[in-house]
Amino acid sequence: MPMANKDLGRCFRMDDYVIEMLHITKEFPGIIANDDITLQLKRGEIHALLGENGAGKSTLMSVLFGLYTPEKGIIKKDGKEVHIKNPNDATELGIGMVHQHFMLVDIFSVLDNIILGAEPSKFGFLTKADAIKKVLDLSNKYNLKVDPDALIEDITVGMQQRVEILKMLYRDNNILIFDEPTAVLTPQEIDELMKIMKNLAAEGKSILFITHKLNEIMEVADRCTILRRGKYIGTVDVATSSKEELSSMMVGRDVKFAVDKAPAKPGKEVLKVENVCVKSKIHQNDSVHNVSFNVREGEIVCIAGIDGNGQTEFIGALTGLDDISSGKVSFCGEDITHKSIRYKNTHGMSHVPEDRHKHGLVLDYSLEENMILQRYFEPEFSNHGFIKKKTMREYSDRLTKAFDVRSGEGATTIVRSMSGGNQQKAIIAREMDREHKLLVAVQPTRGLDVGAIEYIHEEIVKQRDAGCAILLVSLELDEVMNLSDRILVMYEGEIVGEVDPKTTTLQELGLYMSGAKRDNRKEA
Amino acid sequence: MDKKNTAFLKRPGVQTILASVLCAVLGIIMGYIILLFMNPEHATEGMVAILKNFFKFSGKPQQLMYYLGSTLVKSVPVILCAEAILFAYKAGLFNIGAAGQYTIGILVSLYTSLALGWNWFFCVLAAVLAGALWGALCGFFKAFCNVNEVIAGIMLNWIGLYLCNIILSNETCMNTTKSETYDIAAKNPSGVLPGFLQGVFGNNQYMSIAVPITILVAIIILVVLNMTTFGYELKATGHNKEAAKYAGMNAKRNIILTLAISGAISGLAASLYYLTSIEHFKIASSVPGMGFSGIAVAFLGGLHPIGTIVAGLFVEYITLGGQYLNTNYFNPQVADLMIAIIIYLCGFVLFFKSILNKPRKKSLDANKNNKVASGVTAKKEV
Repeated sequence: MPMANKDLGRCFRMDDYVIEMLHITKEFPGIIANDDITLQLKRGEIHALLGENGAGKSTLMSVLFGLYTPEKGIIKKDGKEVHIKNPNDATELGIGMVHQHFMLVDIFSVLDNIILGAEPSKFGFLTKADAIKKVLDLSNKYNLKVDPDALIEDITVGMQQRVEILKMLYRDNNILIFDEPTAVLTPQEIDELMKIMKNLAAEGKSILFITHKLNEIMEVADRCTILRRGKYIGTVDVATSSKEELSSMMVGRDVKFAVDKAPAKPGKEVLKVENVCVKSKIHQNDSVHNVSFNVREGEIVCIAGIDGNGQTEFIGALTGLDDISSGKVSFCGEDITHKSIRYKNTHGMSHVPEDRHKHGLVLDYSLEENMILQRYFEPEFSNHGFIKKKTMREYSDRLTKAFDVRSGEGATTIVRSMSGGNQQKAIIAREMDREHKLLVAVQPTRGLDVGAIEYIHEEIVKQRDAGCAILLVSLELDEVMNLSDRILVMYEGEIVGEVDPKTTTLQELGLYMSGAKRDNRKEA
Repeated sequence: MDKKNTAFLKRPGVQTILASVLCAVLGIIMGYIILLFMNPEHATEGMVAILKNFFKFSGKPQQLMYYLGSTLVKSVPVILCAEAILFAYKAGLFNIGAAGQYTIGILVSLYTSLALGWNWFFCVLAAVLAGALWGALCGFFKAFCNVNEVIAGIMLNWIGLYLCNIILSNETCMNTTKSETYDIAAKNPSGVLPGFLQGVFGNNQYMSIAVPITILVAIIILVVLNMTTFGYELKATGHNKEAAKYAGMNAKRNIILTLAISGAISGLAASLYYLTSIEHFKIASSVPGMGFSGIAVAFLGGLHPIGTIVAGLFVEYITLGGQYLNTNYFNPQVADLMIAIIIYLCGFVLFFKSILNKPRKKSLDANKNNKVASGVTAKKEV
């Protein structure tokens, strides 16, 4: 267990709290987002904040950051009550936050991004020399390797995150909030971040770590506060707790981590991809190069890889959102390389898209209208060009019930107002209910909590056992290892290896994903 | 986080109306202030004259109905142009080319009527088809050459205007000394639109089937947008182009079709107006403003086909109100000024609505402050 390398040398004085949020209640019309929540952060500890989507984590952090004013409750800093009315107050109190989506200016250098908003200047002219020195000192002290002169757009996601952390340190923040920091990192980068966080804590910084990944909590956190549906469930010492305990506190029931599935019984070939290339939109080279593989009935084939290695472009080309520049795609023996999206939709290809807001949903449409997004013209839902509203309503109600999609006003809820998890469930429901022989699922559990992930994984396995071919694209290694029957690793637009999840290790996958290892595959 | 604001969401219609009324009232108040500056003594009297409008004939029902009829007929083109813009807007297209499609509608309806002596029905049909063609052209550039519809629209507006000037300025259509087209009623009586309830409207000879057709068009648009698969596609495309593509909708076809329909409605607007014989075309150096006023009317009407009728009537009511001003004290164009202000304020309809609609507004602002405070620029807004 990672427990072994945990820094157990740190100890805390009792009641030495830097930040105390006591009995915080925050209501929104129709919902109590935070109901009497207490969170106490000790000096120098890493405190995890755990909860499902919509449990109230973000609201609580927004209260701490001055974005919301709570109806009830007080915030204390070093034992004294403070009023945080806006983010400026929070900054003055030394509270800094690394957002899930980085807040960096792409075309600025690392240094410029770090000093932005706190630029050292004399008579209106920047004095960068001092800034460079401070940044380099900080970077050495905390082992945050960055190149101050590199442009943000040229550096890796991991390094961008280090820039975000340096930004907080540059402003002498002592209370650091990390909002789901590992969502975008590779396993190696996650290990590094964990080290950095421990370093920071050892130097006396206090860290609030928002996440739903239990492994990470077990590895770095000292204590963990759990929220569920806006309520405070408890605070536990991580050392004396277990993953199972944390997850059942979070979800309110026991959760299975491993996916139960029988060995795959692959049948006929459904999808055959031969030497597919896709031209890049940004540079001269192909973003997808000579990709060949097949997917058969009753198996889950997963494309693993670090974000940005051509997965998005490949799926775009496969489903018809983008053009294939060369190669051939056959679907149940039929050449569909240049068929339209409508053709693919109506001939048995379901697609859970990577970006649910961009592609998957019309956010300003109601739930029922989204449920028939690819089927509105079919005789079942239309009559002489008029939409059958009653059928649409019944269909939507049936799906939302079957897939437990929760929404405020049922079928007429505007999808924009639904939580991310329920939006995703709605898409999954729609795509799984459509008649299909192949399900293309791109990051189907992105941003979801363990309860919802468990549910979606079960559904995908059910589909497989019913004879559906499944092509999964995922950045989550746990998901890749748990769910798939075969793993293809994509690196810089090429399939560099095919591994069996039963015999491979995370380390081996990591090597393939970072391009350190590749098979010489025969072209299919 | 899921913040439910059901109480607000339930009444977006109420808010739209509130916002529009607010604009109108603010516009009238500002108009009054301007009147005060021009002539403080008679400002109130002037304002009352504009607002009272043809109701000053309330003692004489015959005249009252006559002027009501005129207002209705004169509202037809601006309402239809607004419907055209609204229709395209729902599909995410800003049809600023409605003005040009309207101009082409004028050209074709007058040419077919005056030069070719066609029956009104065929004149209207020709104008509708020509408007549709003009709109489709704009859509073609957008769909196949990726030219923004605003740019293509503005270009086609001017081409349309000069075509209209050139073709109508011959002697078969135009009294060249007055540089104004002939009266259709005199030159080609079969080209005049059939009357509609003229007896009810004080024997107003301009009261024609244009009025019921306008209402019919608004209802058809309402039905198409809300009940048909075509409307479903258009709105999906308007809300989220990428999702529409993902759903397999044919974006190119929809762009061209939408602008063609929008153009057809603009062409219809022109033909219904000019074929009542109430208005003559004069050689113009700028594109007729009807298509542009339509933009404002569409927004004032809350982007709703029926609301647009109300907004169009209101705008025309105030415009015509200028005629009732005492010209000893005021220039009748004051009414135009007021309309301009109201139209200007129409830009704020969505703004007012968003204030009313978004209780989260505050937190969004705060969010922005936060980004400034921590010295960063948003790379990605959530």
